Amino acid sequence: MSKNEEIVNGVLAGNKRSIAKAITAIENCTDESPELIARLFPHTGKAHVIGLTGAGGAGKSTLIEKIVREYRNRGKTVGVVAVDPTSPFSGGAFLGDRIRMQELSTDEGVFIRSMASRNHAGGIARATKDAAKVLDAAGKDIVIVETVGAGQSEVEIIKVAQTIIVVHAPGLGDEIQAIKAGIMEIADIFVVNKADRENANKAVIDIQSNLQLNSKQVAWKPPVLKTVAVTGEGILELVGKIEEHRCFLEGNAECRTALLKNRAEAELVEAIKEKAANALIDDLRRKGKLDEVLQRILEKKIDPATAAEKVLKETLNNDRT
Amino acid sequence: MQSTRKIRVLIAKPGLDSHDRGAKVVARALRDAGMEVIYTGLRQTPEQIVETALQEDVDVIGLSILSGAHKTLFPRIMELLKKQGLSDVMVFAGGIVPEEDIVEMKKLGIKEIFGPGTTTDSIIQYVRDNLPKRN
Repeated sequence: MSKNEEIVNGVLAGNKRSIAKAITAIENCTDESPELIARLFPHTGKAHVIGLTGAGGAGKSTLIEKIVREYRNRGKTVGVVAVDPTSPFSGGAFLGDRIRMQELSTDEGVFIRSMASRNHAGGIARATKDAAKVLDAAGKDIVIVETVGAGQSEVEIIKVAQTIIVVHAPGLGDEIQAIKAGIMEIADIFVVNKADRENANKAVIDIQSNLQLNSKQVAWKPPVLKTVAVTGEGILELVGKIEEHRCFLEGNAECRTALLKNRAEAELVEAIKEKAANALIDDLRRKGKLDEVLQRILEKKIDPATAAEKVLKETLNNDRT
Repeated sequence: MQSTRKIRVLIAKPGLDSHDRGAKVVARALRDAGMEVIYTGLRQTPEQIVETALQEDVDVIGLSILSGAHKTLFPRIMELLKKQGLSDVMVFAGGIVPEEDIVEMKKLGIKEIFGPGTTTDSIIQYVRDNLPKRN
């Protein structure tokens, strides 16, 4: 049996070592990883994927720990992928999300993996999505992806989820501006955590009025919930809302199909972008033409967009001949 | 696709000792040296440490202990690692481990023990030089 076959079989059987190895291969972009994903993909689609994002310090990890416990009470198995930023200076990362979830590590029904963004802008979204797929294929009922809502790639990452939760906490400094516009539009549930603090009610009202300004007609009105993750207050309601959203998606075939189709298209476009860009640049390099193009750009003889257009045209024409 | 392999290190504090400054200093130093460091906080049981190493597929484990309980905790950790098929993970320790216990700890499979006064640079270099080939 090839190594890949062994890992795939292990993942499908829910074997933790295989799950861990599969995610490592994906993170490292090994030569084997495309085949791994290809083989596991047909087995995905059963898990309910929840995305949780929000500014650092909002209490996401603590909230996740409580959400996982509630799902475990309900007899569900859970996978968690916690994404943290890689330092642009050192290329290293301090992955501390597990600290808040460590009591869960010896629960057989829970698998937690910490991932660093590793600074390839599009790449982290793909790696996180693929890690979520591995947990899905491994039979987890629920997969939670946690990320800091700080940049464009975080918006991309969170699109792997069917239910997107944005977590805010009063007193973080930049109030509602902290919720990036891109995330505001796709969030399904808003949570104001640390709701025992002053200004929690104001935060709820601010988010609600922001939502009302958004005049699009929507079938699902995102609720704004209050929680105190540390004590567990509000968790039952939150999980209740997640399940309500899941039922809504299942019951509303049109919405669900539109959502899945959108996501599939976005993923396909990203994959094509990544592969096409790499292939074309590699081709330029191999032909020894990359420096020539760069030189022309530096001399302002051609702008990057036009240069890209030319490269693309030439490549497509060459393929036709 | 570019292959980007990073060294993944688990820094763990087994037992009831709650002095974590040293562990955090080492964790940050390894991060600044380009590694991905998973830090799991205080009061970890051997079971939690090994489970974490398994799920996070780490290359290296650094155990920080200042409570003197290493002779109970380290053998248990090494035994569980073996049971989980993780004997290929490199384990080092730091904190307070008396001279007279070092040989015994190394016999368990702990590759190196970094006592007080060790520079973070030497730990970084050690990890780089002794990175295990994983299965």
